[in-house]
Amino acid sequence: MTAKVGVVVFPGSNCEQDVIEAVETVGGSGRLLWHKDHCLGDVDAVVLPGGFAHGDYLRAGAMARFSPIMDSVADFARQGGPVVGICNGFQILAEAQLLPGALYKNRGLRFLCQSETLRVESVNSVLTRGLSPGDELCIPINHFEGNYICSEETLVALRDKGQIVLTYRDNPNGATADIAGICNENGNVVGLMPHPERAAHPLLGSTDGALLLKVLLSDG
Amino acid sequence: MSEAFCVTVEVSLREGIADPEGLTIERALPALGFNGVSDVRVGKRLCFRVHAVGEAEAHRQVEAMCERFLANPVIEEVGISLRPAT
Repeated sequence: MTAKVGVVVFPGSNCEQDVIEAVETVGGSGRLLWHKDHCLGDVDAVVLPGGFAHGDYLRAGAMARFSPIMDSVADFARQGGPVVGICNGFQILAEAQLLPGALYKNRGLRFLCQSETLRVESVNSVLTRGLSPGDELCIPINHFEGNYICSEETLVALRDKGQIVLTYRDNPNGATADIAGICNENGNVVGLMPHPERAAHPLLGSTDGALLLKVLLSDG
Repeated sequence: MSEAFCVTVEVSLREGIADPEGLTIERALPALGFNGVSDVRVGKRLCFRVHAVGEAEAHRQVEAMCERFLANPVIEEVGISLRPAT
């Protein structure tokens, strides 16, 4: 059966169609969900896409966290449903405290739009199950606030519990411990700054992002 | 009877969190002839009115909104000041 991926659209999201396109390229079906919806329907996985939800007012993700659909997303996550936040979606998951830590301005205060080499760390997540630790993936980033920050205590917990999913080979933004993506303790909620949907077709220069999305579909 | 209070909330980065904006400003100042400036930190200020029964209640409300919404306690801290609206 084809896995259905619900992609939440907030006012200011701008990567939702790319996610749908990429999900369909790897054999799933995508469906847009509006942020004011109160239920997710019968989706097998949820993606919070990149963009500038609610204009990033106050802080990136701060407003989106209170969008009506986020209660359903949190319930779905608590029940073990796969939830992936990409870029702005990661910022939203952090603000919603579905993932620990916060995303802050890049170290060099530059908006970064470039390909990065990522290293797979934990394979205990809905995006990396079946891959091998140490695998390298080439996936682009596109953000101003991707510098992952957390307390020393949180970092120890992330390491101990295998919650660091992806790291940058050449840290572009100052992120703590080179972190590009993390997951919750159960591995079903993942946030990452790189955009796998932008590396899902040979024409885009890399299909490494498709590997992650395939894992998501098989998990969902 | 509820009264109005003028509230100012200053949100700044917690100590120990690198502030790239502050650092950039600090590096720019000597070029303009302002030497001897250090520890520049950039934050933001929110001003609003709150209607509440008494100053303590107003303060409690502002603290709650800071904790849930106005600041992110992972990276930010807040300073609250409050006075009766005239």
